[in-house]
Amino acid sequence: MSKTTTKRVSANRSLPKTPSGIQGLDEITQGGLPKGRPTLICGSAGCGKTLFAMEFLVRGATEYDESGVFMAFEETAAELTQNVLSLGFDLAELVAQKKLALDYVRVERSEIEETGEYDLEGLFVRLGHAIDTTGAKRVVLDTIESLFAGLSNQGILRAELRRLFRWLKDKGVTAVITAERGEGGLTRHGLEEYVSDCVILLDHRVTEEISTRRLRIVKYRGSVHGNNEYPFLIDEQGISVLPVTSLGLQHGVSGERISSGIPRLDTMLTGQGYYRGSSVLVSGTAGSGKTSVAAHFVDSACRRGERAMYFAFEESQAQLVRNMRSIGIDLEPWIKSNLLRFHATRPTLYGLEMHLATIHKMVNEFDPRAVVIDPLSNFASAGTTTEVKSMLMRLLDYLKSKQVTAVFTDLTSGGSPTELTNVGVSSLMDTWLLLRDIESGGERNRSMYILKSRGMAHSNQLREFLLTDHGVELADVYLGPAGVLTGSARLAQESREKAEGLIRKEEIESKQRELDRQRQALESQIAAMRAEFQAKEEELSRTIAQQKAQQAQLAQDRVAMGHSRKSDSDGDKTPSSPKT
Amino acid sequence: MIDNDDATGATAEPPKDQAFELRLYVAGQTAKSVKAFANLRKICEEHLAGQYRIEVIDLLEHPQLAEGDQILAIPTLVRKLPEPVKKIIGDLSNTERVLVGLDVRQVASARNR
Repeated sequence: MSKTTTKRVSANRSLPKTPSGIQGLDEITQGGLPKGRPTLICGSAGCGKTLFAMEFLVRGATEYDESGVFMAFEETAAELTQNVLSLGFDLAELVAQKKLALDYVRVERSEIEETGEYDLEGLFVRLGHAIDTTGAKRVVLDTIESLFAGLSNQGILRAELRRLFRWLKDKGVTAVITAERGEGGLTRHGLEEYVSDCVILLDHRVTEEISTRRLRIVKYRGSVHGNNEYPFLIDEQGISVLPVTSLGLQHGVSGERISSGIPRLDTMLTGQGYYRGSSVLVSGTAGSGKTSVAAHFVDSACRRGERAMYFAFEESQAQLVRNMRSIGIDLEPWIKSNLLRFHATRPTLYGLEMHLATIHKMVNEFDPRAVVIDPLSNFASAGTTTEVKSMLMRLLDYLKSKQVTAVFTDLTSGGSPTELTNVGVSSLMDTWLLLRDIESGGERNRSMYILKSRGMAHSNQLREFLLTDHGVELADVYLGPAGVLTGSARLAQESREKAEGLIRKEEIESKQRELDRQRQALESQIAAMRAEFQAKEEELSRTIAQQKAQQAQLAQDRVAMGHSRKSDSDGDKTPSSPKT
Repeated sequence: MIDNDDATGATAEPPKDQAFELRLYVAGQTAKSVKAFANLRKICEEHLAGQYRIEVIDLLEHPQLAEGDQILAIPTLVRKLPEPVKKIIGDLSNTERVLVGLDVRQVASARNR
């Protein structure tokens, strides 16, 4: 390994590689198998060695225009052709096009008598002939170890194998040599001693009744490579290896927001919904409406014309579609228009790695913008907590790197604290919606709140979660001295409040009327007083006027009297009254 | 080097039952090949006189012929007839084993009787 690290800078540049064409393998090996050198594939029976080797050749012929030679020691050409036909490899066609040569080497000990010295030049001649006629760049020797069973002289055999691998290198062909896994060593006959440039170990393990295929690069001289065990699967498209753990936290982020499909929830998430590419966890107890939230999300994605993928681990597609229709979400048209795809399996169908691999593969194929995993917690039955967590972490990273917005539902069991997810992934999530059942007043009501939502000022309010025939609705819960009330308790409280309000309103009205009355009384009083005052005023002014008139009369009288007394002054003929 | 002659001159006398059809596969004139051919001739002369035919095939010249007889080791002696096909690999230095491999003991003893 030290050799690898010291040379790392130049290693990737200097070591030419041949792309294997096997999905994922070229990522782990950073380019493929060492070009012009032999690679050893070892593993126990039935772990996919032959298929691995065959895919290497077929991909070479079909995708990289490099023809190949398959030298089989165990299966005849006809058997091989038939075996890989199920994977979509048409060997007969490739052979006809001279892109592939199949050579079956039969070594039967009972038919062979050994006397004296010999070598394996015959094998070299056959291989050389096949390489020359097809112009092969790739060669597979499928379980060359069969020779050890067929020939007794180990000394000769070993010397010849050493010569063969040297010869293959000189020929400049990229060779894949398969070998059976041995006890104590990588291979039963120590082939790793001869083929030491690149060694890949395949493994087929069964843990708790669930089998998983894994691949590990034991050694790759002169190149950096992923060291982990990578799960791989074999299906109708061949092998795919998942270099999932190689993903780092380097994925880009998007500021784009997408609707959750529930308008009120969007409002709670600062009015715009989730971030694109974020992971949303919807956790809650059984029947709290997790799937409905997920269905809304899928529905809204399809409405926007985006592809969505629904991984259901509890319900079948038909069941889900039917159930969602009951709350007014019709997923059928989206399925028909190929915007929505379902993948419903039991979690225990195969191992976690296989699930991851499947999800990986399907997401890769369908390229959705929205993914739902329903429910996450079911994986707990397919592995230990650590395994599940690491698997989910890889899944999350993968989805994030693809900018896929993912909604995961998680079933929290009744007794456990609600803020504890079964599989301990909450810290990996960006948005966490918690659905809760509130039991009070003889009924059970759903409520929801946003426990966290990274990067947005989300609402901290508890909402009542209502499943109506036109989808999920969020209603304000009653918050008051009596605590949080939902359902009919909320309704009762509301009507009680309404009644109280009514009484209060009446009181106010009567007070108002009282006031009016008082005002009227006051005003009439004022009017009366004014009237009185007016009367008095009139009287007084009348008196004043009388008195004024009297006074004037008096004065006149006095003048008249004066006249009468001093009649000399101006001939006043009027006799003064006292005199008269 | 295809050597199609009946190296022993067994054709001289009428073949009583030319039961043995032998093919020796070689790859060039290597020491092992030459030795094998010499050993084969000797054994045939001694035990199968007049009943055999040897064909020598050089795979360097005719590589396509290797596949048909499933040749792997060089030199390989193939007993095409009588059936079943038998193969003996090596330089044929162990006469006893060659005879066992060719299954000629009984033939030889029957002839001697």
